[in-house]
Parts: sequence; C-alpha cells; structure tokens
Amino acid sequence: MDLSLLAEQIVNGLSIGGVYALIALGYTLVYGILTMINFAHGEIFMVGSFMGYWTLAFLEQKGLLWDWPQLSVIVAMSLSVITCGILGSALERFAYRPLRTAPRLAPLISAIGASIFLQNLIMVMVKGRMRVYPDIIPLTGIEVGGIFVSHFQILIIGVSLLLMVALWIFIRRTKVGIAMRAVAEDKMAASLMGIDVNRIIQVTFLVGSSLAAVAGVMVGMYYSQINHMMGFIPGIKAFTAAVVGGIGNIPGAMLGGFLLGILESLSVNILPAQYKDVVAFSILVAVLVFRPRGILGEVVGERV
Amino acid sequence: MESEYKKRLFYGLVFLGLILLPQFVGNYWSHILGDVGLYVMLGIGLNVVVGLAGLLDLGYVAFFGVGAYSYALLASPHFHIHIPFLVLVPLCILIAMILGALLGLPVLRMRGDYLAIVTLGFGEIIRIFLNNLDPVTNGPKGLLRIDPFRIFGFTIDEPVEWYYTILLGILLSTFFYKRIMDSKIGRAWMAMREDQTAAELMGIDLLRYKLLAFSIGASFGGLGGAIFAARQGSIFPENFSLIVSINVLCILILGGMGSIRGVILGAFVLVGLPELLREFEQFRMLLFGLLLIIVTIFKPTGFFRPEKGLKIVND
Repeated sequence: MDLSLLAEQIVNGLSIGGVYALIALGYTLVYGILTMINFAHGEIFMVGSFMGYWTLAFLEQKGLLWDWPQLSVIVAMSLSVITCGILGSALERFAYRPLRTAPRLAPLISAIGASIFLQNLIMVMVKGRMRVYPDIIPLTGIEVGGIFVSHFQILIIGVSLLLMVALWIFIRRTKVGIAMRAVAEDKMAASLMGIDVNRIIQVTFLVGSSLAAVAGVMVGMYYSQINHMMGFIPGIKAFTAAVVGGIGNIPGAMLGGFLLGILESLSVNILPAQYKDVVAFSILVAVLVFRPRGILGEVVGERV
Repeated sequence: MESEYKKRLFYGLVFLGLILLPQFVGNYWSHILGDVGLYVMLGIGLNVVVGLAGLLDLGYVAFFGVGAYSYALLASPHFHIHIPFLVLVPLCILIAMILGALLGLPVLRMRGDYLAIVTLGFGEIIRIFLNNLDPVTNGPKGLLRIDPFRIFGFTIDEPVEWYYTILLGILLSTFFYKRIMDSKIGRAWMAMREDQTAAELMGIDLLRYKLLAFSIGASFGGLGGAIFAARQGSIFPENFSLIVSINVLCILILGGMGSIRGVILGAFVLVGLPELLREFEQFRMLLFGLLLIIVTIFKPTGFFRPEKGLKIVND
C-alpha cells in the first residue's frame, strides 16, 4: 500500500481526532464529577459552530472579515466560547441540578430533552437550512516527507493540544481545579472543606462547554458546511473517545480522541466510507465489553 | 368486588368507544389513529425492556425497522417473494426477537447510561445498514409496492380496516403484556430492576432474564414494524431514525412507566396532538424537548400512577 497515502490519512485522522478529543474532554469532566453522561454535549458543540458562523457572517457583512481574517476568527471563537459557556452552565442549573438526587436515568432523560430542544431551536432559527462558513482558511500548507499537511490542519492539532495542556494545568495547579478534583472524589467531604460544590459543578460545565465551542468553530471552518443535526454524530464519537481513553480521565480523553480519529480515517481502506460511523460504534461496544474502564481508566468498583 | 365490576364496565365502554370511533371520524383521522395505535404497540414493547426490566434502550427503533424490512423484503416485488401475511408476520416477530437477543448478548454486563448509549449506537448502525446495503434494501430509494394483509380473498387496505387490525394487535399485545407481567418472568424482571444484586442473590439468572427482556420487548417492535410496512405500502430508511426511539421513550415517560393506560394516553398526546397543531409544526419538537425536561423534573413518574409500586427506571 502507498505509504504517503497512509501518512496523509493519519494526518487527517489526527485533525478530526483533535476535535473529538476537545469534545470528549467535556464528557469526561462532567462524568468525572457527576458520573452522568451529558447527552446534550454534542448540541453545545453544534451551537458553538453556529455562533462562530453568525459572528463571521456579521463581520463579513460589515466588511471587516477580509481586512482582519485572523482577528475575526479570534472574535468568533471568543463569542462562541462565551455563549456556550453560559449555555452549558444554564443547562446544568435548570435541567440537571434539580435531578441530582433523582434515580440515575432521570438526568439522562432530561438531557435528551435538552438535546432535542437545542437542535430544534437552531432549526427554527435557520429554517432548517444548512449554513456555509466564509471561505477564510488559507489552502496553503507544507510538505513533510512527500505528504501535504495544510496549515489549518496544523492549527487544529495545535489548538487542541494547547487547550488540553491548559486544561491539565488548570485541573492540577489552580485552586478551582483542585476543588474540582475534590468534588469528583467526594462531594460531601469537599463541601465540609468549604468548597461550594454547586459552583464547582457549574464551572465544570462551563469549561467543558467552552472546549466544545472551540471544536465547533474549528469544524465549521474545516468542513465549511454546518447544520442543526451536526452535533449528534460527533457527540457520540467524542463520547466513544472518552470511553476508549477511560471516562473521567483527562489524558485518556485526548488519547481516545486522537486514536478514534486515526482509526476512523484508516477504516476507509477496508470499508466503504459510508460505514465510517459504524466503525466508531463498534469500537465503543468492543471497548465496553472487553475493557470497560478504557485504556487509561482506573478500576472503580460498581459505579456504573 | 363492586369496584372491580365498575372497572370492567369502564374498560368495556372505552373499548366499545374505540370500536365505534372510526365510524364518526372518517378516513383521515382513522389513519392518524392507526399511527397512535402503532406507537401504543411500540410503547408496550419498550415498556417490557425499560418499565419492567429497567434497561434503558435508546435503539428500540431497530426492532421496528427490522420487522418492517423483513415483511417488506418477503412480501413485495423486490425479490419477487410473496409470503402470505399469516406466516410472515410471526416470522417478522421471530426475526426481531433473534435480533433482540443478539443485541442483548454483548451489552448484558453494562448498566444504566452506558447501556443507553450503546443501544442508541446499535439503532443507528441498523439504519446505516438499511441505507447503504443497496442490493438488499434498495438503499434510500426504499422498498415499494409492499403487499397489504390479505385474508380469505379480503384485502385490508382502507384506513378504517387498518385501524381495526391495529386495535386487534394492541389487544393481543396488552393481553400478552399483562400475562407476562404477572408471570415468574415478569416478577424476576421487576426484582432485577429494583435491585440487581439482590435479585441475583435470590437466584435470578440475570443473563437469561435480560436476554428474555430484550427479545420479548423486541417482538412487539417486530409486530409493529410488519403492520407498518404492510399499511404504508412503501418504506424508507428514514422511517426508522433515532427520533422514533426517542418518541416511544417519551410516551412511556409522559404516560408513566409500567402502565398500559399511560402508554395509550402518552401515544395520543405525542402522536395525536401534533396533528391537531399542524400549523405549529416547526415548534413542535422544540416544545417537546422542553416538555421532556419539565416532566422529568416535576413529574418523574408520569401522569399515571405506575402499577403495583413501580418505580421510575432505576439502574
């Protein structure tokens, strides 16, 4: 088989894997702290993508986009991060918090409701039509050992890695981060130590949703077409990535994301491209059956 | 005794009303009522898995789809096979049951929300296959000119006739559901739902009863699917998307888990009401999502009291 083709597929896999990893971090953070799957997380990613589009479209209309393309993208990302951060914490406050002591599946059902709500909210707003991002990514790139890697791919991988390292430092070194770990470990003990558990949980949703927003804008720029259904499949895949790496584990989510991206990208050598989604689901089932704690996950008694 | 008698009288009257209903509402509404009825059937089936056995299945549409495609492939010009429905419908149910057991095998050890996500993935896999296995399923173009039910030279093709067919299907399903709920199997499921570990210690073979729950639950989906295919006359992969699973689950949640009355009410609200609100079509799902959150928070047991001390889904 052609080696340079293989290398190219791996680079493609790493770029989309970076996106999966960013979304997966949101699942993992929330799961780590509440042992709950935030089913609406994929929809937050979708809203992030639309927010980025609306900002860029507005700037284009005002004639600012083409004069300051880099700055415009930064503005779009920031607005998207802010919107999604607020949305994520609002979701926690109104849809999940009242159910914290309810049977375990109640929050999941509420999350399905939130997911349907957000999908249809955007659908009503865009009248069900897809949107196309302005064509601002340069098609330039570099040649490494005979394969072409676009600057934008490098940007996606770079931004994902950077955010993951930042998150890692945030969790390990800052006061809020340490409080998050304490709450994940034992809510009661944490609150006795003077930690405001509700606030920390809200911060967790805020951080996870912000990461999804960045992923949303990058996907919008990368694939250019976005629609209100776009959150579902990446959401499931990012969840798969989180499970593969070991849910609740931050380096695991990154590893899982990149791994899933590469596997999926390589799968087209064996299977027709339409079955790409089947590959991800099969990996999910296989991991849950044979190694439910994932690659890096620790053994936790019967928590699930 | 007195109240038992009243209860029977009440149900008798309701039943009589359901029999007479199509005579007053005409073809269009008979068709809609048929849709409601199909959802009732699916609701009863999912109730076995979620309400009785406590296993949250988000891929229930897979069984509906497989029932429909099994019927359509074996009773249409697509392969030039025309198996009479009295043979084919039980076969569709059987195929759905086998699929249910096959799905049950790998996911048996998972609990709660993991199970939910995996079954959701399973439902999607089935839809992707229906969409892409063109030589067998004809892909997105779907299967056309599916045989209706024919019995002794009589063809069921009017909406009113389908209404009665579906009503009969619901009666059979309800009867079967009640019998199994009160049987040893039903008791074992409920024990399993309330506390898996305790149930296992009491000697309930979890593996066996979970498999049973999946395959018996799937049988209702298979029946519903076969009727759906025969009634529509043509089916497409989009008929079997995730939203069907979600709708059926919502019927259970709205109506109250574990209650047939609840399932019927839930199906009327969920399928019937949007028909009344046609002009709000685009806001329908928006409100629906909101309603789902509100109902879960304020009325976690649904609008009907669950029967015999049922709790809402537990892990």
